[in-house]
Amino acid sequence: MSFTKTAWKNIRRSPYQALAAISIMTLTFLAISFFTFLLVGSSKVINYFESKPQVTAFFKNEAKPVDITALKSQLQSTGKVASIKFVSKDDALKIYREQNKDDPLLLDLVTADVLPSSFEISTIKIEDLNGISNALTKSSLVSEVVYQKDVVSTLSAWTGAIRKIGITLIVLLSLVSIFIMVTIIGIKISQKKEDIEIMKLIGATNWYIRWPFMFEGIVYGIVGSIIGWAIATGGLLYATPFLESFLKGIPVLPVSYLQLLMLLGLEALLAAFLGIVSSYLAVLRYLK
Amino acid sequence: MIKLDKVSKKFGTGAFGLSDVSLVVEKGEFVFLVGSTGAGKTTIFRILIRDVLPTGGNVVVNDWDIVNLPKNKVAALRKKIGFVFQDLKLLLDRTIFENVALPLEVAGLKAAEAAKTVEEVLAQVGLLEHKDKFPIQLSGGELQRAAIARALVLSPEILLADEPTGNLDAATSWEIVKLLSDINKKGTTVVMATHNTDIVKSLGKRVIHIEKGKIVDDENHHAHKSSEEKEEEKKEEKKKE
Repeated sequence: MSFTKTAWKNIRRSPYQALAAISIMTLTFLAISFFTFLLVGSSKVINYFESKPQVTAFFKNEAKPVDITALKSQLQSTGKVASIKFVSKDDALKIYREQNKDDPLLLDLVTADVLPSSFEISTIKIEDLNGISNALTKSSLVSEVVYQKDVVSTLSAWTGAIRKIGITLIVLLSLVSIFIMVTIIGIKISQKKEDIEIMKLIGATNWYIRWPFMFEGIVYGIVGSIIGWAIATGGLLYATPFLESFLKGIPVLPVSYLQLLMLLGLEALLAAFLGIVSSYLAVLRYLK
Repeated sequence: MIKLDKVSKKFGTGAFGLSDVSLVVEKGEFVFLVGSTGAGKTTIFRILIRDVLPTGGNVVVNDWDIVNLPKNKVAALRKKIGFVFQDLKLLLDRTIFENVALPLEVAGLKAAEAAKTVEEVLAQVGLLEHKDKFPIQLSGGELQRAAIARALVLSPEILLADEPTGNLDAATSWEIVKLLSDINKKGTTVVMATHNTDIVKSLGKRVIHIEKGKIVDDENHHAHKSSEEKEEEKKEEKKKE
């Protein structure tokens, strides 16, 4: 009888223990999948906002092109600026027309003269936004400065919180799943104590005895991870249309199937690891 | 070959299981280990398979230095020594066939390869017809044979039998001893612990008498008999049968 057969027999003969082990693993990997989606999604959203022009400075009408060019090189010399894009009055009109193309009344009212020219500036680091925007506000050429610091910093704070909660929850659930698996496999080892003793007396190596239990742990882990991943992925795919309309224009969804499968692969590896750790601990504790 | 040199075993309770036991069992010998319950017979056996370590002295089994044997070699040692346990230690949820196949399985043989060997051994002990029964369905003597079959299945050079006639009636006991004697004739060293003096006397083999952890008598002269004497002995045995 090979160790897989022995392990399969162990699982079949105590279905409720197997169910408990698989359930806790499912829960753990549901949480891991869920928080992975949340973290990947929110960091994509942040990336999106970070890559957008973060400071927009509108120039006064009297600002001369020469002065504007001087200001541009001055800003670039600080070394903090990733890009500066000059938007002329005509460009602004094009953007305006594009945004309001469904409303002819608004289009008629506005000409290039009314709209200000502007700089769209992104910084290399988010922390430098404040300095740049201050410098622009002081400039005599600039009428108004708008920047998205608030959006990004709020999002960053949220992501940080999600990450902390997620990691804490995942660590806790992993520990709980290890404890539960150690207990379950421990019970099984206790039940087979006499058999194990006999096998050792007739020359079974420790690994011969350990393997079926380790394999059992791996099976629980992997089955749990597949179910947990399937539930989370199903939920994500189900919610994708709704989320897409919610995150209008921000390229987060749809998540590619390859990435989802990669997540499954990583989770299965982690699950096997958890299974091995717990059964090894159980064996260490009960197999003296 | 089994060699114990001034072996002592002191248990955790402070009681001496063995004190200063020295003995040599040559390859191919048949030796009785006699003594009352608690005399130390089982302790000697348990030391030989490294189930317990002696507190003093040296133990050599074939080429194995038992006292200094690394832990990872213990399994290999146990595969070389057949052990018929006093309480048999058969697995109750496995058939006789599966029980006897267990050492082969543990040794990593494929089921198909093992089956042939198992059937041979079962035939040798006369249990082939019962191979698909569970231990609970067999009589005491049959269970003893099953335990012997399991001990033999890896063709060990040494067979240790701990009170194999303990719970059996005289006729069945005699059958078991005859089986062990046949195994011995094929070259296996057999050490049998017993307190059945009738059997010991009638077989006329070497007897090591142990009491309270000490050897009180070792009729070692059998081991040094000439081959002619041994032949005569065999003839006598046949007459008896």
